[in-house]
Amino acid sequence: MDWVNTIVQGVLLGGLYAMFATGLSLMFGIMRLVNIAHGDFIVLASYLALVVVTSLGLSPLISLVIVVPLMFVIGYVLQRYLLNKTLGDDILPPLLVTFGMSIILQNVLLEVFSADSQKLSAGALDIASITVSDQLSVGVMPLIVFISGVAIVGGLQFLFYKTELGRAFRATSDDQDTARLMGVNNSHIFALAMAIAMAVVAIAGVFLAMRTNFDPTVGPARLLYGFEAVIIGGLGSLWGTLAGGIILGVAQAVGAQIDPGWQIMTGHIVFLVILIFRPRGLFPRSVD
Amino acid sequence: MSKLKIQNLTAGYGDFQALFGIDLELNAKETVAIIGSNGAGKSTFMRSIAGLLKNTPDAVQFKGENIGDLPANKVVEKGIALVPEGRRLFPSLSVEENLLMGAYSKRKGPWNLNRIYELFPILKEKRNNPGTALSGGQQQMVAIGRALMSNPELLLCDEISLGLAPTTVKDIYKAFPAIQEDGTTVLVVEQDINQAMAVSDRIYCFQEGRVSLEGKPGEVSKDDIKAAYFGM
Ligand SMILES: Nc1ncnc2c1ncn2[C@@H]1O[C@H](COP(=O)(O)OP(=O)(O)OP(=O)(O)O)[C@@H](O)[C@H]1O
Ligand SMILES: [Mg+2]
Repeated sequence: MDWVNTIVQGVLLGGLYAMFATGLSLMFGIMRLVNIAHGDFIVLASYLALVVVTSLGLSPLISLVIVVPLMFVIGYVLQRYLLNKTLGDDILPPLLVTFGMSIILQNVLLEVFSADSQKLSAGALDIASITVSDQLSVGVMPLIVFISGVAIVGGLQFLFYKTELGRAFRATSDDQDTARLMGVNNSHIFALAMAIAMAVVAIAGVFLAMRTNFDPTVGPARLLYGFEAVIIGGLGSLWGTLAGGIILGVAQAVGAQIDPGWQIMTGHIVFLVILIFRPRGLFPRSVD
Repeated sequence: MSKLKIQNLTAGYGDFQALFGIDLELNAKETVAIIGSNGAGKSTFMRSIAGLLKNTPDAVQFKGENIGDLPANKVVEKGIALVPEGRRLFPSLSVEENLLMGAYSKRKGPWNLNRIYELFPILKEKRNNPGTALSGGQQQMVAIGRALMSNPELLLCDEISLGLAPTTVKDIYKAFPAIQEDGTTVLVVEQDINQAMAVSDRIYCFQEGRVSLEGKPGEVSKDDIKAAYFGM
């Protein structure tokens, strides 16, 4: 029963990792952009939530109403006026630019908020749990995070495959010139894709801040978990990314159960093993 | 008034100049074919009109309006659609999604999915297949259908018969009267000279980035064409 508990907690944790990963997956899938600053944007969203919560006295969950649109706009502007200019046949410029943004973000956050670790408290929600049986109880907050993760992936899947905008995303990602011939304004489409990715980042950041302690330096580790989830799942597949997040979460939980010091390492090992046997991930997109 | 007027159009890639001052005119309801050997600049010309390559505003006049400096996504809104060389279907989209992408500009007009399926019935059968799973001829039908979905007044077709069996080429060109019936003017690039002569009211021959011959199919001789084609 202990193990059932471990796996359930791992799955729930995986929901958060999937959320970290979805934004990355979107950016890579549509723009072929590898965003090194992804984790730092998650942390930026955490701090934005902190500011909103402390200055307006709102509950962390309600802060989403402000943080999500804010990150959406930041994403749009960033892509439209900066990152689009770095995209091309060479993949190095966007790597360098986002690497630079990562360093800038960490330092600005350090300057403004200090290195003190922070946490957003959701009050009673923090400790609320549902008792399933004697040995298994599920935290309400982790459950909310997990359900949100699944809902985000489902929603994006719908957007991608069932709407006109999603069709334009896929077409532009296939062939930019030909998309232009159809009337697509590529810079706008890419900016919208980044805006949507950043909206997901915002949700991930707020939930991160509610689930764990954070400080300006925790971004790169979130980036790493996100990367691992994306690659385990297979590049460009959203359900794969969710599966990747869950696998990573379970691996970490099982590792921690064996020995608390093994949590992170077990995740990396499972990632490597999957990479060895399935270099393209578990559910790779058929066309690339 | 001419539908399309090209004046002194130049284009190139980086330092390389591919077109040296092209002049060309196209009247409404007229079908014009461009012929010329490999590398003559035909595709560069089509891509320039469609807005994929930048130009001075007055290099391209469409219905009296200077559109030479518009980007491709604005050119299609004006009513010019390009069927690009090599078809360029979107590989991750189904046949129907490819066609629907053609309607992205939301231009009003006679074309919709049903009419495309009437024009090319086989596409209806295959509508849920990935575009790239089709035969070459069927892919070309998708590319033409996709361009028509933007309800163009001017349809640019770049080597739509390339690599296709003669019977397939015939099938595809059979759709042209239906396309032109609605007032769409067609400009084609054709490597096959006989095909070009058969479908067009007028032909232009390109050679090394310049117009080397212009005339009506009945009026230019084989020798004229040979000279214009190979520069002999
Ligand atoms: N993307 C490009 N970059 C650099 N040069 C190019 C590019 N595309 C075409 N060219 C060059 O421009 C010239 C004209 O090419 P273009 O494709 O317009 O010729 P074409 O008449 O369409 O030939 P084909 O019959 O082979 O399609 C050629 O010399 C070609 O090598
Ligand atoms: Mg060509």
